[in-house]
Amino acid sequence: MEKLITIDPVTRIEGHSKITIRLDDQGKVEVARLHITQFRGFEKFTEGRPFQEMPSLTARTCGICPISHLLASAKACDSILAVRIPESAAMLRRVINYAQIIQSHALSFFHLSSPDLLLGMDSDPASRHIFGVAAQFPELAKDGIWLRKFGQRIIERMSGKRIHPTWIVPGGVSSPLSAEVREQIVAELPQAIAIAHKTLEWFKPAIKKYQDEIDTFANFPSLFLALVLPDGTIEHYDGLMRVVDSQREIIVDKLEPSAYTDYIAEAVEPDSYLKSPFFKPFGYPEGMYRVGPLARLNVCDRMGTPLAERELDEFRALQPDGAVLSSFHFHYARLIEILYALERVSELLGAPEILNTRVRAMAEPNKLEGIGVSEAPRGTLIHHYKIDTNGLITWANLIIATGHNNLAMNQGITQAAKHFVDGMKITEGALNRVEAVIRCYDPCLSCSTHALGEMPLRIELTDPAGEILDACERA
Amino acid sequence: MSKIKIATVWLDGCSGCHMSFLDMDERLLAIADKIDLVYSPLVDAKIFPENVDLTLVEGAVSNEDDLHKIKLVRSRTKLLMALGDCAVTSNVPGMRNYFSRDEILRRAYIENASVNQGIPTETIPQLLPKSKPIHEYVKVDIFVPGCPPHADIIFNAVAALLEGRLPDLENQARFG
Ligand code: SF4
Repeated sequence: MEKLITIDPVTRIEGHSKITIRLDDQGKVEVARLHITQFRGFEKFTEGRPFQEMPSLTARTCGICPISHLLASAKACDSILAVRIPESAAMLRRVINYAQIIQSHALSFFHLSSPDLLLGMDSDPASRHIFGVAAQFPELAKDGIWLRKFGQRIIERMSGKRIHPTWIVPGGVSSPLSAEVREQIVAELPQAIAIAHKTLEWFKPAIKKYQDEIDTFANFPSLFLALVLPDGTIEHYDGLMRVVDSQREIIVDKLEPSAYTDYIAEAVEPDSYLKSPFFKPFGYPEGMYRVGPLARLNVCDRMGTPLAERELDEFRALQPDGAVLSSFHFHYARLIEILYALERVSELLGAPEILNTRVRAMAEPNKLEGIGVSEAPRGTLIHHYKIDTNGLITWANLIIATGHNNLAMNQGITQAAKHFVDGMKITEGALNRVEAVIRCYDPCLSCSTHALGEMPLRIELTDPAGEILDACERA
Repeated sequence: MSKIKIATVWLDGCSGCHMSFLDMDERLLAIADKIDLVYSPLVDAKIFPENVDLTLVEGAVSNEDDLHKIKLVRSRTKLLMALGDCAVTSNVPGMRNYFSRDEILRRAYIENASVNQGIPTETIPQLLPKSKPIHEYVKVDIFVPGCPPHADIIFNAVAALLEGRLPDLENQARFG
């Protein structure tokens, strides 16, 4: 006889999902599964649309990282046009991408995960949220809200709209940057850097309290995938793919993103709308890999900006002989990336070419297929389109950052559930930790494919065939 | 005065409308002592409570869960706001209505997959034949269009409701 615990919905994440935990006769955890319950259908319903619409349309997969979709989509369209976009346009796309990384990482850290870290994994769920943080740690909450706003306002100032702007277009961007907007952003940068610093200085010693979580929140060997520049520097907008193993040995390097199908394939599991991409040469499911901030820091040789480089050295010291393996450290990596993004924004805005007015290359479609890849806040994002001779989409495939992490998220919640969940005495704090594993990955599930349970915690007794024999619920 | 109970619910949307809610920035902290956010993807409540004063709903009704949720939300909410174009018209989720459910699912799980091809059906909600706006299923009290609606519009609407007035959205909200 087996028991099933259902956590529905998983909260303080971006998207719709639930978790089931299967227990054996003795109440020991056998396996935990993450079920993504939303399905969007973009890969089919974009069929027949003019390819130029794809950036705006696919941005609607996600209101948290629309800029990432705009970029990957516009890059796929650039390749259909077969143009090289003006350098100033590429620089502007980079600035807006960093702005999005800042706001999205701030959201993940401050609004969604800081309640676990500051108020405690076992604190009262009724106040374990950003308003609870604001009541007890007003300064930190204000910093978080301000930092997210800073990123969102860069996006708004550059593109006219915080969410779903239309400024990033096939061939470049639709309008140049004004000197006035540049000054506004530059004026606020010191405060943003100060907040990023302060948060890192608080977080680094604070993680010592979370050793149990660090040890069990998806702490296992896996591959890591990310884009890097040809010289191995971390990269978020363009670059080549690199895969490293848990020793940080390079498995493949300098892989053209347009050849992604040689290395990545997608598997389906019957209990989730989220597919499980895997590293083809290693097969399924052995080809499990992770993407996102943790992967980017494990994959790159350097970050290349002074403040972030120093932080990277300290980060690497967590695991001097290989990759940092615990997914708990996604939080740490995210904070370092905020600092990095701020440094890069400062650098880019300081270059005189950023104000060039030639920001768009015009062309008719010159190819019938295009692939665009960029690093979204949550990891590598792939858009792949085919068009007919009229420029209408005939086929599309999108591999979303969160998808890449699906196998590791599932293995991670199983590891945490085995450590924290006791089937004989189920506590809210234990189940919150299982959810907190998912929060480390900061999944963006509306991208990839939620439930408002009347049953927060439901325990089902099933026979070996999965038939439900008995069920009980607790508030 | 007791706090006003507010909920936010996310159906088939992109979370952009929730992000626009967060784009109220510091104003969130200003309204925090007047409201109690009793249910939302941003808080840890797992049960949608009884007697909610105002619920903001993002997204269209696309699957069995969405339908179940919106009926439950309606039965437990005094004022229901359809927030954003997906909730108001079905917008982007509705674009799949030109295709059959099977065609949409086949593309993702059979044509664009190489291992274990097949349409997932276990433990997850089934898609409804069409994706529809929420007023097709339940009574909506306030429609706020926009993709997403600007944070100022959400703030003005919530502020008016906190003062016990119905918001005047004329010349403010627009589609897209
Ligand atoms: S209305 Fe627009 S922003 Fe809101 S959920 Fe729908 S697509 Fe996203």
